[in-house]
Amino acid sequence: MPMVMSAHSGSTTSALRLKNVSKRFGGVQALDALDFDVSQGEVHCLAGENGCGKSTLIKIVTGVYEPDAGAEMEYFGEPVTHITPTQARRRGIAVIWQDLALFPEMSVAENIAFDSLVGSRLRRVDHSALAQTAGDVLDKLDLQLDLTAPLNSLPIAKRQMVAIARALVGEARMIFMDEPTASLTQAETDSLLTIVRTLSAQGVAIVFVSHRLAEVLDIARRVTVIKDGQLVGVYPAQGMTQSRLTTLMTGQSLKHQVRSRDLSNAPVVLNVQGLTREAEFTDVSLQIRAGEVLGLTGLIGAGRTELAHVLFGMRQPSQGVIELNGKPVTFSSNRDAMQAGVAYVSEDRLSLGLIQPQSIAANIVLPILSRLTHRSGLLSRQLTAETVKHWINELTIKVGDSDDAVSTLSGGNQQRVVLSKWLSTEPRLLILDSPTVGVDVGARAGVFDIVQRLADQGLAILLISDEVSEVYFNADRILHMGNGQIIQAYSPADTTIDALESCIYA
Amino acid sequence: MNTMLLRLRRLFGPELPALLVFLLLVVVGFGFIAPRFMTMANFESIAFQLPVLGLLTLAMLAPILSGGLNLAIVYTANLSGLTLAWVLIQFGGPDAGYVAFAVGVIAAIAVGALAGAAMGFVIAYVGAHPILVSLAMMIFLRGLGEFLTRGGDISGFPDYLRVLGHGVVMGIPVPLILFLIVAFAWHVILSRTRHGFAIYMIGSNIRAAEYSGVHTKRTLTLIYTLSGVLCAVAGILMLTRFNSVRVGHGEALLLITVLACFLGGVDPFGGFGRVLSVVIALIILQVLSSGLNLMGANQHLSTAVWGLFLIAVMVLRHVAGRLPMLNKPKE
Repeated sequence: MPMVMSAHSGSTTSALRLKNVSKRFGGVQALDALDFDVSQGEVHCLAGENGCGKSTLIKIVTGVYEPDAGAEMEYFGEPVTHITPTQARRRGIAVIWQDLALFPEMSVAENIAFDSLVGSRLRRVDHSALAQTAGDVLDKLDLQLDLTAPLNSLPIAKRQMVAIARALVGEARMIFMDEPTASLTQAETDSLLTIVRTLSAQGVAIVFVSHRLAEVLDIARRVTVIKDGQLVGVYPAQGMTQSRLTTLMTGQSLKHQVRSRDLSNAPVVLNVQGLTREAEFTDVSLQIRAGEVLGLTGLIGAGRTELAHVLFGMRQPSQGVIELNGKPVTFSSNRDAMQAGVAYVSEDRLSLGLIQPQSIAANIVLPILSRLTHRSGLLSRQLTAETVKHWINELTIKVGDSDDAVSTLSGGNQQRVVLSKWLSTEPRLLILDSPTVGVDVGARAGVFDIVQRLADQGLAILLISDEVSEVYFNADRILHMGNGQIIQAYSPADTTIDALESCIYA
Repeated sequence: MNTMLLRLRRLFGPELPALLVFLLLVVVGFGFIAPRFMTMANFESIAFQLPVLGLLTLAMLAPILSGGLNLAIVYTANLSGLTLAWVLIQFGGPDAGYVAFAVGVIAAIAVGALAGAAMGFVIAYVGAHPILVSLAMMIFLRGLGEFLTRGGDISGFPDYLRVLGHGVVMGIPVPLILFLIVAFAWHVILSRTRHGFAIYMIGSNIRAAEYSGVHTKRTLTLIYTLSGVLCAVAGILMLTRFNSVRVGHGEALLLITVLACFLGGVDPFGGFGRVLSVVIALIILQVLSSGLNLMGANQHLSTAVWGLFLIAVMVLRHVAGRLPMLNKPKE
């Protein structure tokens, strides 16, 4: 019985103790002399904004990265100087990433008992033993799941349970959960919390890693907050509120100004009425004026990206009207949308936003090749070089050589390449879908400076983000989207970030 | 000086210096060990043999750059050649005039383009894998061709066709001239037009290219159509070289074209590769084969040496990639 640690349960023996952990990547100090400790059986929250160093910390604990010299690490009371991913797993550390890292085509049982399938020797797969292992773990968690069902037939919440069960088969004594509630409904979150309580009682330490912790504060004992790779502090969870957490994580609530200008006289660039796409979103109406930044926020799965795809012509609406500059438009492809002046910065910069192996220059000019083509049909080298140079200067992209692959750039600089590629199309409407994913905190301010500057030049901007603070501080108006519908509109000037967060996460 | 080097590197790609060194080694090596190697006659024979393989390799290049493959090149060439032969025979065989030849060439190119376009269309719009689609096309064309010719040779063409296949203009073999013109055009299309540009982008990441506004479906169809056209040119040249058409002619060249592309530094997964490097790679292969031939080696042995050579190149490339002095410092 690997997971029952009755001898330790209720005690405060240390599960993990880190001291003075630093990690530097090139010019970026991802972690700066961080201390972190968790007791056995403790439910702990690790809070910080995207890019604050949470993932780096997990990767150090699990042996993916090695910390810079000077770090002290102790696993379950034993000092450790160097750890590999395999050793970390053997010591009982498990991580459930947000994408779960499961096998969608395999069955529930196979997913749970996966590690026993991967042996070094060639041997027959014992299906009954497999089902037995998987069944035992699910029993301990008090969960009923069809063991033979393929994983991809389950909703996300159930898949998460499978991921937890899998960690427990691997004798996990400490589980990191990366953004576990990001895509769960309230009911699903509640059942997750029940499981967490069970595990905690059995002595398994659980670390919730998130920037949104309202739901888990009730059952957690302590909260560690980090910002820009540094420890802000360790706080008792009792008495902590989401708003105080946000202030601690961003350190911004006071010094930052909301934008919120009155643009009611500016011409309407985008007017959407009753836009619907089956099974994705329903009856969405919104307007964006020239120079306006409209924030669109809500939980993952709210239909935000789907809406953006329709506005960009990648998919077609089943109902409703889109008007650009007062004229109704229908797009049969994104090329039509680009022609009409719409640009779309994808949330997925790695696989959709940029062509990573190709050069910075090629990525910048890709959407405007036809403009760089002479009447002879040949691309103008001079125009191409000038365009590339112009945007590298304009958005201050830090590049060695514009012929280097775009993958050699940092997240922030890559995002600038994405922006320049779309700005080169001279859009009237710019859709930014989660523009700061994978961009470190310092570089984010730079990205938003550019966004503000573009708005001041008269561009209409739709800013989609699940970071409420991002839309609160950067948008003139905010729409809250949930379950494919616009739920409510807010003006940052008339509300506080706390009120806004509690509405959205309610 | 340094910028000059950089510009050369940009124009020819990072593969070129190594390939030129290889070429030099092979030529000098055979010059020493094979007595008749350093003769005009030998180089002329190389120049006559190279173009058919060369044209087929160029036809393979663009699909590979786009992340695909065209396994139907040889049979597309055969069927195009067959089309030309049919037109010539309709107009009297050995007595067919220039007009008949012109009509035949247009018909042959149309057949090649059609075969390519059909593949491209299915690959782009149905989303089937290029290997499967082109394999199916290859089998279809082979079957069709064998059905039409009953597996035999077609011959009996006008004498003036010999000029195309065997003629020499200002000391340069006509097939070589044809090949160089096509290679140059191919180079310009791939490196200087937006369609060429799009081919590379599609090869690296087709979805990101689509998101950036590239009409990926149309571009893919175009790539395979152009590939088919090049096959047709190769088929016409084969007809004039051998003075006959047989379905299955040049079958062994199929895999050699793939290997020539890789020897020329083309990324097997698409997105990177240059015409010039591939041309040099072709010359290396042809020189190797003719040198071995002169030494009295069996033709099959020379094929085996090609294989060994390519494996050696892959290993060397891997080793070179790990030598710090040959690579740009990372930071």
